[in-house]
Amino acid sequence: MKIGKAFHPQISPICADEKEPRAHAMTSVSLVCDLSWFNLRNLRNLRIDSRFYGMSAPLIEIRSAPHVQSAKTVETIMRNVVYSLLPICTFYVFQYGISALLSIAVVTGACLLTERFFVGTGTQAGRLSDYSAVITGILLALTLPPGFPLWMGAVAGMVAIALGKALFGGIGFNVFNPALVGRAFVQAAFPTAIATYTPSFLPGRFTEFIPSTLAWPLMIPDSAAAWLKAKNLDALAGATPLAKWKFDGVLANADELLTSLSGHMAVGPSPLLILLCGAYLASRRFMDWRIPLAVLGSAALTAWLLFAFDPARYPNPFFMLFSGGLILGAVYMATDMATSPVTPKGMWVYGALIGLLTVVIRYYSGLPEGVMYAILIANAASPLIEKITQPVPFGRGVLDRVKKRATYPLNPGYISREEASAVTPKKRFLPNKPKK
Amino acid sequence: MSEPSSTDKKVIPIAVAAPEAAPPESPTGAMIRTLGLVSAICGLIIVGAYQGTYDAVAANKRIATERAVFKVLPKAKSIAEFLAQPGGGILKVGAGETAIPAGSVKFFAAYDESGKLAGIAAEGVGKGYADNVRIMFGYQPDCQCVVGIGVVSMRETPGIGDKIITDKEFLANFTALDVKLKADLSALANEVKAVKRGSKTNAWQIDAIAGATITSRAVGKAINDSAQALLPRLVPKLDTLATKS
Amino acid sequence: MNTAHYKTWDEFTEGIWRQNPVFVMVLGMCPVLAVSVSAVNALSMGLATLFVLVCSCGLVSLLRRMVPKEVRIAVYIVIIATFVTAVDYAIQAISLALYDALGAFIQLIVVNCIILGRAEAHASKNPPLPAMLNAAGMGIGFAIGLFALGAVREVLGAGTLFGITLFGAGFQPWVIMVLPPGGFFVLGAWLLFFSWLERRKLRRAAPPMEAGQHV
Repeated sequence: MKIGKAFHPQISPICADEKEPRAHAMTSVSLVCDLSWFNLRNLRNLRIDSRFYGMSAPLIEIRSAPHVQSAKTVETIMRNVVYSLLPICTFYVFQYGISALLSIAVVTGACLLTERFFVGTGTQAGRLSDYSAVITGILLALTLPPGFPLWMGAVAGMVAIALGKALFGGIGFNVFNPALVGRAFVQAAFPTAIATYTPSFLPGRFTEFIPSTLAWPLMIPDSAAAWLKAKNLDALAGATPLAKWKFDGVLANADELLTSLSGHMAVGPSPLLILLCGAYLASRRFMDWRIPLAVLGSAALTAWLLFAFDPARYPNPFFMLFSGGLILGAVYMATDMATSPVTPKGMWVYGALIGLLTVVIRYYSGLPEGVMYAILIANAASPLIEKITQPVPFGRGVLDRVKKRATYPLNPGYISREEASAVTPKKRFLPNKPKK
Repeated sequence: MSEPSSTDKKVIPIAVAAPEAAPPESPTGAMIRTLGLVSAICGLIIVGAYQGTYDAVAANKRIATERAVFKVLPKAKSIAEFLAQPGGGILKVGAGETAIPAGSVKFFAAYDESGKLAGIAAEGVGKGYADNVRIMFGYQPDCQCVVGIGVVSMRETPGIGDKIITDKEFLANFTALDVKLKADLSALANEVKAVKRGSKTNAWQIDAIAGATITSRAVGKAINDSAQALLPRLVPKLDTLATKS
Repeated sequence: MNTAHYKTWDEFTEGIWRQNPVFVMVLGMCPVLAVSVSAVNALSMGLATLFVLVCSCGLVSLLRRMVPKEVRIAVYIVIIATFVTAVDYAIQAISLALYDALGAFIQLIVVNCIILGRAEAHASKNPPLPAMLNAAGMGIGFAIGLFALGAVREVLGAGTLFGITLFGAGFQPWVIMVLPPGGFFVLGAWLLFFSWLERRKLRRAAPPMEAGQHV
């Protein structure tokens, strides 16, 4: 593993006549093939590569990791995610009618317009055509109530892209899931509107809007309760299963939760369908299966432990898993590539953290739903998780792993010990001072 | 002691006057003299400000308290401040006294135009969603009930928690909220408590605001705790407060 | 004389625009974020700071020749604390509601770095009149910054400005704007706006870059 040091003198002259300064700068970490580093997070590198090729075919290729390329580009992956979201959206529209359709259209439109503006300023990575803003918009719309006022949805979409994505430099650089940033903003700004759900499968849902949908910009939406009363429905019929459990102590039936087909029950997009679409994505390797599994597993485990401890006070784990947005969050939000760890071990830790936090927030806070905050917190923690779950390089045992050094941003296990010690200043205060 | 240095004389580019000569060495006496002089000047300014604003501040405070009491007891025209002491005695608080001895409960006796007792007002504190919710409530001895509440201070979420001062249905709870004492006057007969909206069955229950349960509970707890502490001491002595003294 | 006059004026405007304490120097953020919930609160806080700033800088400047530099910080802090106390009483006398709304942030003006910074960097080296002018500029700049935040937060958070309803009764308040995160969002937006202005100015001043030139 001394390759890096030995090759430097030979590499430099080749690089010297290269016009691309960034490619030059990155030769120091090249020539080590570590498959675990192949990940979409290195979007910056992908971009440089394409520019590299665009100039002229080089004689010798000198690049940083990843070295294994595949036909998958950002656009392919994002487009496939959008395809997999289409059945969910269709069912959602079937459930809630034209209000849901308009909501998805407006939120996605707001996201795309904002993206267009920021891409136009030239301050961020990515293109409008890479479908990432479409995903953000659709996911955001799916997490909002179907009758959410359109103007608030537009605000959420703009905040999601501007604050959640453009501020950090565009696709691949964002720290938090943009859709959830947008939702967190409107949750804090319009707490009443975002808690107002209407039942699904209302008669006439394809011909009539939920009145709150068409509220004037900046104005309070019409009360859904009065509208439901006119339809001879209980005002509480619009409460989500989680809110009903939290505030009224009513547990919903399993089949209602799973398919959201029976009764006038206000549930979001169908969990079964989401799992199905998620399975498609995972099988085509567009999404890592570990994260959803870890989220659901940890949520189920935590809920089951509490349920076993006091069944009267805590609902069963099944209810915890299939109510609210946990499935949607686990499959589509937590797996956002830019905001989740890349290391396999890190994915398990990250998912487990989300599951645990979700259950804890649902049980012990004033809010009925906790998936959003759980994912945002885990997003913030993911660089740290990544740092402590670095994989051991091939050919190196677990035992002789390089001790953590504070001087490197990431523990550079792939750099030889000699080189590492040549770059890093010597540790002055060793816990066990070596005897002379 | 100190050497006149030129380093701390870095003139900011925008400075008007030419840099002045470095200050001479300062002996101990000069420091003490300067500090003493500055303190004297500052002391004068502070005392002046305090004296100059004293009357206005006192008047403001009195008006604020009166307004809060008159809001919960609309018939009241004047108030007097009292302390209910732990032993059961009731002490009138003179103007300007602000310290409350430990264990005592402060309350206001409100009188109508003719000088008759119009009601009792007291403050209560309950833990709300964001911070403590301090409320003032009016107590009517005739019906032994709470007849009005007002918020002294709170930091509840605007639009949700602060419905406790705007929601008419919620405020309707406090037209005759029962705070009767037990027969031996030792404690409240029933605990005042906020219950889920629509499930109020007794006169001592409060219909909570849907979506603002925590704040509603805080109001219930504030009334309960304060009444629990005050009323057993106050009710036996009500006669002494019957007319304005 | 003419240039001196010009410089004095320049010193006055400096704090309002070029060295604006809120938008350019980003000083004294604690009260800026905390009390800018409404335009009235923000403006009163700004005026209170302005008063303390002008008075203390005037006094510091008057005493500048006789204050030994070993004890100068103590002297400045005593002077500043004095005027803060006076403002504290004055606000209580004017309106208790305002006093409650501003809370501890009136007393905290004592440790506002703008004031000590002005006293140390400017007032202690200049005659009273320029010192007070400079302080007034800074204070007005601070008040403008606070007002800019407070106005946006009140308009979005309550649909009012100085308590006057702007959008009619049906306005949907943006609750987040009167909560602490709203302060950060609005401050961030203003900082973004000012840095954009600054960059545009620089871009226009600089000659156009040649093609292929690396920066």
